[in-house]
Amino acid sequence: MVKIHERKFVSADPEKCVGCQICEYICSWTKEKGFNPLKSRIRVVRVNQLANMAVTCRRCEDPPCVAACPRDALKQSDETGTIMLDMDKCNGCGWCIEACDYGAIMLHSENKVVHVCDLCKDEGEPQCIKWCPEEALTLVTSDVLAQKARIAAVKKLFQEAKKKK
Amino acid sequence: MHGYAGKVLYVDLNTGKTRIEPLNMDYARKYVGGIGLGMRLWLDNSEGGVSPLSPENPLVLAIGPISGTIFPTAGNGHAFVAKSPATLGIGEAVAHGTFGSEMKRAGYDAVILNGKAEKPVYLWIDDDSVQLLDAANLSGKSPSETEDAIKEDLQDYYVRVAAIGLAGEKLSRIACIINEKTRAAGRTGMGAVMGSKNLKAIAVRGTNDIIPAKSDEFMEMVQEFHERMKGPATRKYRTLGTAENVLVHNSLFCMPTRNYNNAHFEKAEKVSGEILNEKFVAKIIGCSSCAMRCEHEVVIPEGPYKGTLTRMEYETLWAMGPYCGIDRLDAIIKGMELANYYGMDAISAGVTVGFAMDCYENGILSKKDLGGIEANFGNSEALIQLLEKMGKREGIGNILADGVRSAGQKIGKGAEKLAQHIKGLEVTGYDLRCLKTAALGFAVSFRGADHNRHGAYAFDVKGKVDRLKAEKGRGKMVRDMENLYALIDSFIVCKFSRGTYYKGLSDMAKLYNLVTGIEMTDKELDKSGARINTLARLINIREGLGRKDDTLPWKVMNMPIPDEGPVNGAVVKQKELDLLLDDYYESRGWTKEGIPTSATLKDLGMEGLSEIVKGKGEA
Repeated sequence: MVKIHERKFVSADPEKCVGCQICEYICSWTKEKGFNPLKSRIRVVRVNQLANMAVTCRRCEDPPCVAACPRDALKQSDETGTIMLDMDKCNGCGWCIEACDYGAIMLHSENKVVHVCDLCKDEGEPQCIKWCPEEALTLVTSDVLAQKARIAAVKKLFQEAKKKK
Repeated sequence: MHGYAGKVLYVDLNTGKTRIEPLNMDYARKYVGGIGLGMRLWLDNSEGGVSPLSPENPLVLAIGPISGTIFPTAGNGHAFVAKSPATLGIGEAVAHGTFGSEMKRAGYDAVILNGKAEKPVYLWIDDDSVQLLDAANLSGKSPSETEDAIKEDLQDYYVRVAAIGLAGEKLSRIACIINEKTRAAGRTGMGAVMGSKNLKAIAVRGTNDIIPAKSDEFMEMVQEFHERMKGPATRKYRTLGTAENVLVHNSLFCMPTRNYNNAHFEKAEKVSGEILNEKFVAKIIGCSSCAMRCEHEVVIPEGPYKGTLTRMEYETLWAMGPYCGIDRLDAIIKGMELANYYGMDAISAGVTVGFAMDCYENGILSKKDLGGIEANFGNSEALIQLLEKMGKREGIGNILADGVRSAGQKIGKGAEKLAQHIKGLEVTGYDLRCLKTAALGFAVSFRGADHNRHGAYAFDVKGKVDRLKAEKGRGKMVRDMENLYALIDSFIVCKFSRGTYYKGLSDMAKLYNLVTGIEMTDKELDKSGARINTLARLINIREGLGRKDDTLPWKVMNMPIPDEGPVNGAVVKQKELDLLLDDYYESRGWTKEGIPTSATLKDLGMEGLSEIVKGKGEA
């Protein structure tokens, strides 16, 4: 099994994300040679003007999409954590979509099977990260995310303490 | 087909019937898209002298050939075109966001809305399926509320919506059309035209792929422009934003203040872009495919307007601030939010409040006339109250809601002279008395007083010319800028990205070619720019406008700048304006009366429209 330090996914920093959709455009271009957000494996959510964030597959430890698939069309790569689809088995029933808490697995608008982020395995690196003009996207592990959060929290604590002095 | 979708959608609001016609590719080549294509289609679908708020005035929504691609800023614009209820000439307004790209993916280059619905409706374009749906429950809602309600109604949160507010429903001549909460097709009263059709909103979902003609070269160009978008050409927009202009214009004494009574605001420091960013800007967001992002979202953290969230730019800040003598940023921001709430062009709304304050201070409007409001310059509560009244057409608001020209005529008693407009459109934040290249640009702008038809202020503000001098040569400068700006609004790309086209029209020609596959050169594009401006001129001539309308606001020509400073006493005299107009008309190949000659029309491949100028006299 892949170790906790190795399972990487694309994470968006909501402080940096501006909702420009370039990740969607470059994803659909990379995967489908057409500009079409509906065919992107990463989707931008703008809840209001202040809340923007791109969302894609988190490569969960125990992925509910895989568990939910009644046709065994989905499985997770032991090596990388990627959710892999057997296109012949998928009939677009949508159980996996319902199971995913993040809306990260989606039904393709034309070929009627699901699609999900594979970190651009054929390109060597995720194109959304490469193209994001705000550097809002990074390839992280859960552990790195936790490290970052801890550091941010501690920094804030010390700044607050400084202010009080 | 690449770039263009190849289809024009016609919607008859009288009957609810729709039809699709192929895009006329001759028009596409000659008028590009956006405002150019929109105006050409409008001309074909209207009769001369049409009343702007009648069912016979078609409202055209047009998209550009680059829309829907990843090209920086190019994917996201859309234009509305119709006869303007404000100017009675051609009206057009462009907005950005994500609406335009969605429309392209739905498969249309333009939508032509004719007639008037019996009851309030909204248009729902779901790729090939086009329906008019009941909008009874949307009446009175703001554009933002309308967008949310439609998304709920259709159960699709990625639907893009452009809507009018109460001002549009009540046919206010300064009403705009707003998409995605804060992006406005603001100027020339397009919201009133939409309201006159009983059309509350347009909602669209598009699912088609957009594929450029020469994709490898295109992606190389995109990569190059991504780098340029991070460079010095866009610095201003990425950092302080256009609000940076407050202190710049103020230091040059070219910021119209208190309805043009001054050119300098002594309290500008309190409403500067610097303070705006420090105290209020909460986030800067971007339109679809931008790669720069400029949209400064402000939130009021405390006080009576706490929690107000809106977008802020120089023009709207200026109109509601210095132009009304107001030095409270929180009230200015609240005013901006109210303009968006009711769906009024915030520039025209602010300028109209400034006009009303001038009327009050001159005893032309009394406290009683204003429903109890003491509308002195600088009274921020009066700004908020007057905007509320305008949005609802209550009391004096009923008169003010139609902008300064109409209000000046209705109020009389000399109020006409206090109405600072050109062709019926309210002025913007450049004091034309001391910016004489800009003055020419504003005077000849086909949609009335506006900086966005030419950007000619840049020569004056950046010191590239003597800004106090009217001289030969300015005509061609304005002409060239007008051509470029018409192309920018036809492609449609964002004006804030104009500096990234290092090679100017050559870069734009390359972009056009890579996306559409149609051969294009810089010379041909310049000709298209000239053609689009000439087309607008022809439409205005058909609608009865001419040289007499290429003029400047009363104060610009009659009230020299009183402020002590570098431009004290500056004013534009009729003689100077005449010299500038002659020079400009000559550079365009128009007669002294501003009528395009038959030789000019032939050169531009517009012989087919020569009927409009027949009998108008050639030089």
